[in-house]
Amino acid sequence: MQLSAIPAVQPSAPVTSNDPVVQVRSICKTYGDIEALRNIDLEFSRGKLTTLLGPSGCGKTTLLKIIAGLVPANSGEIRVNGRAVTGPGPERAFVFQDFALMPWATVMRNVAFGLELRGVNAAERKRVATRYIEEVGLAGFEEKYPHELSGGMRQRVGIARAFAVNADVLLLDEPFSAVDEQNRRKFQEDLLRLVDLEKKTFIFVTHSIEEAVYVSDRIVLLSPRPGRISQVIDPKIDRSASPDDIRRDPGYLDTVEEIWDGLRHYVD
Amino acid sequence: MNIFGYRIPMMASLLVWAVLWEIVGRLDLIFLIPPMTSIIETGVHLVQTSSWQKASIITLRSFGIGMSLAIGVGVPLGILMGRFKAVDNIMGLWVNMFVSAPLSALVPVLMILFGLGETTVVVTVFLFAVWIIVLDARAGVMQVPTSLLEMGRSYGANGWVLFTKIILLSALPEILAGIRIGLIRGVKGVVIGQILVSIIGYGELFELFSRSFEMESFWALTLILFVVAMLLSAFVETFEKRIEYYAGAR
Ligand SMILES: Nc1ncnc2c1ncn2[C@@H]1O[C@H](COP(=O)(O)OP(=O)(O)O)[C@@H](O)[C@H]1O
Ligand SMILES: [Mg+2]
Repeated sequence: MQLSAIPAVQPSAPVTSNDPVVQVRSICKTYGDIEALRNIDLEFSRGKLTTLLGPSGCGKTTLLKIIAGLVPANSGEIRVNGRAVTGPGPERAFVFQDFALMPWATVMRNVAFGLELRGVNAAERKRVATRYIEEVGLAGFEEKYPHELSGGMRQRVGIARAFAVNADVLLLDEPFSAVDEQNRRKFQEDLLRLVDLEKKTFIFVTHSIEEAVYVSDRIVLLSPRPGRISQVIDPKIDRSASPDDIRRDPGYLDTVEEIWDGLRHYVD
Repeated sequence: MNIFGYRIPMMASLLVWAVLWEIVGRLDLIFLIPPMTSIIETGVHLVQTSSWQKASIITLRSFGIGMSLAIGVGVPLGILMGRFKAVDNIMGLWVNMFVSAPLSALVPVLMILFGLGETTVVVTVFLFAVWIIVLDARAGVMQVPTSLLEMGRSYGANGWVLFTKIILLSALPEILAGIRIGLIRGVKGVVIGQILVSIIGYGELFELFSRSFEMESFWALTLILFVVAMLLSAFVETFEKRIEYYAGAR
């Protein structure tokens, strides 16, 4: 039924690229009577960071969890590296909005948890986890427990855990929403560094326009419920500039403005 | 404890009551209340008698067996109820009924069913302790955060692995809290069971002391039971504290 429904805002033609790692095909999702997502078509290419941006409740988390294989769609299909998704898989790793750390386990064990589940031996686990703990700036905190860390540090653990399993696709659900504003900027800069370093496909969810424009290679704007693709934007920003210069870059400011304009008719 | 806005430590307030008791006892007002010092003195003698030691062994045995059964049945049942709606529907009503039921009233029925012996006491301990253990284990399993379950699944855990590595550990604080309360209820159960059966263990001693008006011995035995119950609770509490890091993350 939703398949035939015409979205209120016509989405631009499905974005294609030469090397799609993740393909989202006509995904629809309802929770009981609530229609969360309507007819989502998207492709995500390797080495790029794509942001799903939209007001809260528009189905961003739902779409991300469908891609992760955690939530089944009502119709449509997800393909990762060409194979249809039926559940979670080792080529995808998830970073949770509320961190989802095991409170009974140390930072080391939390970061190594994905490897532990895969049956990697203890020495190798420790080696890999140590590397990523260091990479997210938590060296020295290996034996601490989550409750001994600040919110920002906990999410660094969540990010290190996702990197440690060496997945092709990283799914990040508003990872910085529980982090205060000063640390947020630092996080965003660190994320850009990691995107550059790791050459993975990032699908990033946020409801902050500035954050989206700052970190993204591409922004997918979702409409309020039921979530549909209302616009796809490719910010033209020189990323080699310093963080402060990027935030003053005309391309950055224009894109923020463009998105505001796109959202204006929802607010009215 | 708070009195007139002042925080009074538990021990200090106990001491106040003990002194008050001593004064009332010394005044010789009520025959039922001998001075605290002579109760303690009697207690010291009591624990050296073979009748007390034998009674203690029987009591400990009934308590131990009853509690092991209560934990062995209660924890798995609670977990099943938390995990499976069907089990919860079948058992929920009974557990909720029994957890607040006046179980002492059931003991005479148990005496008919199980005879005037240790079995009745064991069953009483079990019935006193098991329900709260079930309910807390159930609550623990149901309170596992959804995101933690999703985290486990997204990194490849399923079925048994998810259960042992996430669900069980996440529910552990509640399970332990249930066991702690269960232990205290079990102490109540063993005492009430023995008193009502009245021919074994402390029940026999209580019967003997009250019939021959040995109030010092009577109170001494009561005091010992109080102390043991408090020590048991304190022991489990320190164990709970050792896994305190759970609390911080919740
Ligand atoms: N498990 C669920 N059961 C019922 N409704 C849900 C569930 N999860 C999400 N929803 C509903 O679906 C809509 C989209 O939710 P969500 O994907 O979390 O949005 P977002 O992440 O964009 O804020 C919301 O209206 C929400 O109330
Ligand atoms: Mg969300």
